[in-house]
Amino acid sequence: MTALQAGAGRAAEERFERADSRPTGLLRSLAVKVGSALLTLLFVLVFNFFLFRVLPANPAKNLTRSNALTAAQLAEVNKTFGLGRPLPSQFWNYLVQTLHGNLGRSFLNQEPVSTLIGSRLWPTILLVGTSTVLSTIIGVWIGIRGAWHRGSPFDRTSTAVCNTLYAMPDFWLGMVFLIAFASKIAIFPTAGMHNPDGGGAGLAGTGDLLWHLALPCLVLTLVYLAEYSLIMRSSLLDELNADYLTTARAKGLRDVMVRRRHAVPNALLPTITLIMLNLGFVISGAITTETVFSWPGLGQLSFIALNAPDYPVLEGAFLLFSAAVIIANLIADVLLTVFDPRVRVA
Amino acid sequence: MTAPPATAPAPAPPSARQLSWARRRRALAAFWREFRKDRSGVAGLIFLTVLVILALAAPLLANSRGLSAALSTNPANAGPGWHYPLGTDADGRSVLTELIWGARISLLIGFTATLLCVVIGAVVGIVAGHYGKITDNLLMRVTDWFLVVPFLPLAIVLAKTLGPSLGVIIFVIGITSWPGTARIIRAQAMAVETRPYLERSRALGAGHTHQMIRHVLPNVMPLLLANTILTVAGTILAETTLSFLGLGDPLRPSWGEMLNEAFFTGGGTAGNQIWLIAPGVAIILVVLSFTMVGHALESALDPKLRERR
Repeated sequence: MTALQAGAGRAAEERFERADSRPTGLLRSLAVKVGSALLTLLFVLVFNFFLFRVLPANPAKNLTRSNALTAAQLAEVNKTFGLGRPLPSQFWNYLVQTLHGNLGRSFLNQEPVSTLIGSRLWPTILLVGTSTVLSTIIGVWIGIRGAWHRGSPFDRTSTAVCNTLYAMPDFWLGMVFLIAFASKIAIFPTAGMHNPDGGGAGLAGTGDLLWHLALPCLVLTLVYLAEYSLIMRSSLLDELNADYLTTARAKGLRDVMVRRRHAVPNALLPTITLIMLNLGFVISGAITTETVFSWPGLGQLSFIALNAPDYPVLEGAFLLFSAAVIIANLIADVLLTVFDPRVRVA
Repeated sequence: MTAPPATAPAPAPPSARQLSWARRRRALAAFWREFRKDRSGVAGLIFLTVLVILALAAPLLANSRGLSAALSTNPANAGPGWHYPLGTDADGRSVLTELIWGARISLLIGFTATLLCVVIGAVVGIVAGHYGKITDNLLMRVTDWFLVVPFLPLAIVLAKTLGPSLGVIIFVIGITSWPGTARIIRAQAMAVETRPYLERSRALGAGHTHQMIRHVLPNVMPLLLANTILTVAGTILAETTLSFLGLGDPLRPSWGEMLNEAFFTGGGTAGNQIWLIAPGVAIILVVLSFTMVGHALESALDPKLRERR
């Protein structure tokens, strides 16, 4: 399901629900949201538990990397993970371990999963964060300009380009860039985050980092901004026929002011919310793009774990990604509730 | 819905069935007139028709023996040549042959996964919209869960633990893609539920199943159709991503798997680059076509959306 469609569904529904719901207190509304986020997170844990410990015929095999486990080792694994015990007790054990940050050890190098994830968090945040900020700013700008001058050459070109970018597998765009800019005209590095020599210290190091960041960041920015500008455009188009804009124009406000002070703020709110709700989509992009550019982040970690296969790392990464998205959703929801009283529905 | 049902005037010599068929024909003709106005939608439709014919005719166009690495006599990673217009891959297989056969797999997965996703989405949406209260609440919690949990990581863990096969890929994409459909259909079903003809049908003693199938479903059908077309675009992209990451069925290579091999063997980046470019272009054209057809359908069905174009 594309995020655009999901967003449309959500918006349609919100409009419908607004009509027949009674406004309730802000606090109650927030409590409900936090509660449901916690519940969602709990279900991720339950899902994880079943997928990795209950469904496989021999979970001990999935939890250690071995094709030939001696009886003693098997007993050891079963004891550590409590695999012989009844399900509720196993689940409780799993829950306690997870909440303590104990996600098991990687098959590949026996490092604790939490340490591995921790060491790869920063590159992903850098890459995803930079491209999200860039794509939001550029995408929103394109969306506003396109919608305000609907049907203009700018609008038609930008919509066509964005639709094409939206139809493009992000990793394919990455590979094309890799061929074009990193091997044909070798002006960008093909892989990694630093030069093999470490990239140097201070300013030189930062420059080296930015140089490595450029291509993957460009790919993600292009792919994200396609979606964001389409969302912003349709969101602003929804507002264009609103009565308050007619009023603003009737007051004699200049076109720029009508747009900047009246139309855009109203259209921006759903757009920003959707952008935050789209973190799931952002993460998908990070996994494939990091793989293509060998960017040492969580996405590449997931890819390596997927092909090993390294189940504990896969499980940990899934848990972290889900938690990140759930929390981002919660923040978006809370912000929207605070800023837009219309959606205060229990 | 272009024409609300059950509003045909009663005093008529032709039977009710004839009347309703005439009405449907009229609605369809009006719909086609609207659809035709959207040129990109028509272009997308033509492209997709040609592509489906090509995919179905694959055995006539390209010998499937060309898919076997063992039988290949061509040079590896070669540029375009007489026997291989798009060059060869690392095993010396013709990229064009792979592309034509890959279309079958990509489209097959796209269509079946969409079918699965739309069936789940429609049932959940209609049932939630019809029963309301606790049923609605429970179903929407489940829907929200699938909507919140990030698609790719979820699909990866599911596909990895279930093993690589065509069926698993279809199941994984279907099971992770339905929530959007469910929400859109639910919103529409809730609007339909308040219509007087449903009250009438209830007063006449219609059961829940009858109400949902005979009254709600036909009214959400047009929306469902447009949504289905848009969903195909999403499932084909999802398949490409999963296959690229190595979760596809190795025995039935799709376009995504071609990309996987082209990239990870290095043949597509250093050798024959058409091997890497061609499947990507094919995917873009297909996904773009489905999106255009879907949007054209939407705006043909919903006058409010028309002014956006």
